[in-house]
Amino acid sequence: MKKPALLWELFHVFFRVGLFTFGGGYAMISVVEDACVDRRGWITRAEMDDLVVVAESTPGPIAINCATYVGARQAGVVGAVTATLGMILPSFLVIFTISKLLDRFLEIKLIASAFRGIKLAVGILVLDAGWRLLRRMKKDALSVTILAVSLTIMLGVNLFALRFSSIVLMLTAAGVSLLAMKLGWKGGGKE
Amino acid sequence: MILELFLGFLRVGCFSFGGGYAAVALIREVVLSNGWMSEEMLSYLIAVSESTPGPIMVNLATYIGSTQAGVLGSLVATLAVVLPAFLLILGLMAVLKRFMGNPWVSAAMKGLKACIIGVIFATGLEMLWTNCVPSKSPDLTAIVLTALLAGIYFGCREGFHRKLSPIALIGISALLGIAAYGF
Repeated sequence: MKKPALLWELFHVFFRVGLFTFGGGYAMISVVEDACVDRRGWITRAEMDDLVVVAESTPGPIAINCATYVGARQAGVVGAVTATLGMILPSFLVIFTISKLLDRFLEIKLIASAFRGIKLAVGILVLDAGWRLLRRMKKDALSVTILAVSLTIMLGVNLFALRFSSIVLMLTAAGVSLLAMKLGWKGGGKE
Repeated sequence: MILELFLGFLRVGCFSFGGGYAAVALIREVVLSNGWMSEEMLSYLIAVSESTPGPIMVNLATYIGSTQAGVLGSLVATLAVVLPAFLLILGLMAVLKRFMGNPWVSAAMKGLKACIIGVIFATGLEMLWTNCVPSKSPDLTAIVLTALLAGIYFGCREGFHRKLSPIALIGISALLGIAAYGF
């Protein structure tokens, strides 16, 4: 395929993925698999499986990891940029429009009431996300201790309204985990 | 302002291990500490992001960028949140699998992941608490509604083995909100 045609194809395939994956994350994996593995053979199924594993252990949205990888494999850096921009564009346009309107919508009593209910659901969804990650975590002494200590510290930080970034905590946890491997503690090193 | 948006969302993009809700914990921290938005508005936004296309953290970045600094702000925040994942995949593509298998990398990752689960739980508990006990006095309506929603959500999954999607829960909560708070 000629390069402009290929780039256009990358762009509109990922634009569609971006447009039809609500809530992001795991829902879009099957959409990408269908578009890039089954229909076009851009990457192999084995590559896709590896990509999902990698995406799960790297920061950032899984969707971005997939778009960048497939784009780069097909057409280098330009391909990666094209696919990633295609992926982001639909949500960017939708949210940008909403950002101009939401305040005005919230002045309508019906919508304000709906959002007061919705706010309660969001807390439950956040807790459930933590719960799902917890179930997949390997529960050895090291992980459980790090989790419990982090939870306690963050609750304390919130309770006393301290200025403390959880990133400091995360880096410390990574350090402790490395130390555990170095010293050969139980549960250290393996994931 | 633009630089603060960029750095704030770059941090989110670098440390959001564990998917969208890990980012919610970090974004909440960045947004509240910079005073960009109220806790309440952020909850609304998380629901909007869950019900619109695209990754949650990209949606949140676009919205917050836009309300803080217009088109430029939304572009900068969106690119900042995406940049780490983009560069990581591009830079490490050839060696990605070996990199992930490296014992040092996976040991560090293990600590990071356990920690972020704790951070997510703390964020969720804090959100429920401020919903149910706003300004130090318990809000009975909110407590009843929260219990009802949790019952529906977890009841469906554990009792009937039918998973309710987050969007369905948001829909139900909107109806309950209208019923409880009037229209």
